[in-house]
Amino acid sequence: MDVKITPPSEPFPGTVHPTDGGGVLVSSLDEVINWARSNSLWPLVFGTSCCAIEMMSTAAAKYDFSRFGFEVARATPRQADVIIIAGTIVNKMAPVLKRLFDQMPDPKYVIAMGACATSGGPFFYNTYSVVKGADHIIPVDVYVAGCPPRPEALLHALITLQEKIKSGLTRDQIRGEMKAHGN
Amino acid sequence: MFEQVSTSENGELVINVGPQHPATHGVLHLLITLNGETVTKLEPNLGYIHRSIEKMCESLSYRQFIYTTSRMDYLSSHINNHACALTVESALQIEIPERAEYIRVIMSELTRMASHQLWWGAMAMDLGALSPFFYAFRERESINDIMEETCGARLTMNYFVPGGVMYDLHPNFVAKVKEFIVFFKSKIDEYDELLTGNIIFQNRMKNIGIISKEDAISYGCTGPTARGSGVSCDIRKIYPYSIYQKLDFDEVIEHGCDSFSRYQVRMKEMRQSLKIIEQLIDNIPKGEFQAKTKAVLKLPKGEFYTRVETARGELGVYIVSEGGTSPYRIKFRSPGFSNLSALEHMVKGHKIGDLVAIMGTLDLVIPDIDR
Amino acid sequence: MGTEELIQSIQSMFPDASINMGNNFPELVIEKDSLLSVLNQLKSEPTLAFDYLFCETCVDWKSHLTMVYHLDSTRFRHNLVIKTNLDAQAPEIESACHLYRTAELHEREIFDLFGVKFLNHPHLRRILLTDDWKGHPLRKDYDDPINMIKL
Repeated sequence: MDVKITPPSEPFPGTVHPTDGGGVLVSSLDEVINWARSNSLWPLVFGTSCCAIEMMSTAAAKYDFSRFGFEVARATPRQADVIIIAGTIVNKMAPVLKRLFDQMPDPKYVIAMGACATSGGPFFYNTYSVVKGADHIIPVDVYVAGCPPRPEALLHALITLQEKIKSGLTRDQIRGEMKAHGN
Repeated sequence: MFEQVSTSENGELVINVGPQHPATHGVLHLLITLNGETVTKLEPNLGYIHRSIEKMCESLSYRQFIYTTSRMDYLSSHINNHACALTVESALQIEIPERAEYIRVIMSELTRMASHQLWWGAMAMDLGALSPFFYAFRERESINDIMEETCGARLTMNYFVPGGVMYDLHPNFVAKVKEFIVFFKSKIDEYDELLTGNIIFQNRMKNIGIISKEDAISYGCTGPTARGSGVSCDIRKIYPYSIYQKLDFDEVIEHGCDSFSRYQVRMKEMRQSLKIIEQLIDNIPKGEFQAKTKAVLKLPKGEFYTRVETARGELGVYIVSEGGTSPYRIKFRSPGFSNLSALEHMVKGHKIGDLVAIMGTLDLVIPDIDR
Repeated sequence: MGTEELIQSIQSMFPDASINMGNNFPELVIEKDSLLSVLNQLKSEPTLAFDYLFCETCVDWKSHLTMVYHLDSTRFRHNLVIKTNLDAQAPEIESACHLYRTAELHEREIFDLFGVKFLNHPHLRRILLTDDWKGHPLRKDYDDPINMIKL
């Protein structure tokens, strides 16, 4: 069988200078850390409604998000890096979501999956119990449109998050820089 | 919010399961009182996904409110839409074309199978077996593909409208469904081989979560949950709607009253659904797929109730109309809500490890319970 | 038993109550104080055997509330709707959960969303909303300017 090996789209950050008996690698530590971090994001399974099923589809055989390093889906916040908010957030759930986010170790990222988590979606008007967007409770990194989004859309969101991490700064670092500049 | 763990007066341990917990697949919160490892009391605390759908519907028109119901029990969204469409049609006495009836029943049965597949995978996952999840989703994707071609969505379709269905069938539909029937028949046998005969699985299911026939009726259990206790409650058989009275299929009833009986009912229902689709797929009549209806629907003053059989049990849609363009009051009698009320009865006296197995066999969908 | 016969036999059982045919089911309107005795008779009478309460809900008519009970018989497969009016200011009615266990959760939901007080209910508390929620959202006069965005 003819097997083709495609090189990874994002190679290891840094340059290799060949020397006798191996090589010397020059890179910056931040870049290496971000590179490592982005390729092993463990999602926290936070499925409240319909989008949870599409999240399960993304995890299952056909779409298989473990190709990108997300396979270790955890139900406890203490072992997770990214929280995928899959579904509507209602007023009663809001404190639970906040607590889960607080319990996650830094650095932590948030994906709002679907219209409900983005803005309240179909439950925006005339509802007394729906939080109109998860960003009223916790900061969101990536929003995914759709009701529910297709698995490909969630995969795209996850890859976008990887790119965001590889690009450099975490939210806390941005905040720290802003403080340092007196903003 | 509740304290994580507390002790009651007589030294029993009170623990919280949920709303974020690996075993509840959804946001169900259970307050469990334990004596050692034995459950002595269980109380559900709902509302973590209460989206006020009933209040919302009071300001939506009779064409619009159907979309909220696909998000209620998203695993049988076609059947929910069917219930709403039937209520509106019966109130306005709309005759729907036969082609639409056929399409509706085929779609409903495909949905039922997809729902049971997901249940099968998720329930096995609750018991600690991960492989069935991947098996189930592999087959579920082929149903999703069929749905997507015709309805344009994978999960929340909103395909049934008052008067018929929204679009005509995709040209590939019949061929693809036929292909699926052949494909899935062998897969159900594979499911049985993989899990049903497994001795560990059987030991965790048999004689666990007993509910007698009388209790099942009193608790208002419906669907496979009640049929596993010998209650005849399939709305498709006892109060036939659409074209179900013309079809040849069996109501699956088991008399074991335990978790394994409920499991068996769902496995056999998948075969019955295949049987229904086989009868219909070759003779879909030609013609219109939607009856002519007015642009703005106004229901006459009065009360209308429709009962349909979803994958989880009996769904009731109760509309109180004042003659306007939107309902005065709407109530969804969801199957999961009543099935959940029987959970305490089933779990009492069992070990906490069995709680998860029993809950798995009830096939709870939390947004359906909370609405 | 056909629907006509059913209506006649129920009318003869409860001569004071009014019964007529609704769009789907026969509807029996009773006084709220007689609810338990009516339900008890309907359940225990062997020719009726209404043993399954498949829906219990409430409708707010502004001037009063109406409790609606949908009954089914798993033996004879006939249905009946029972309606009873409650005072809008202080709605109170006997709980049906000692006859039908399913009523327990349904009544907690009605208490939560309509504020109907069920007497002799084992633990009448809010079920869907938080304990400190003010008001009963499915009442027609409910207004929440903060959470509800009107269209």
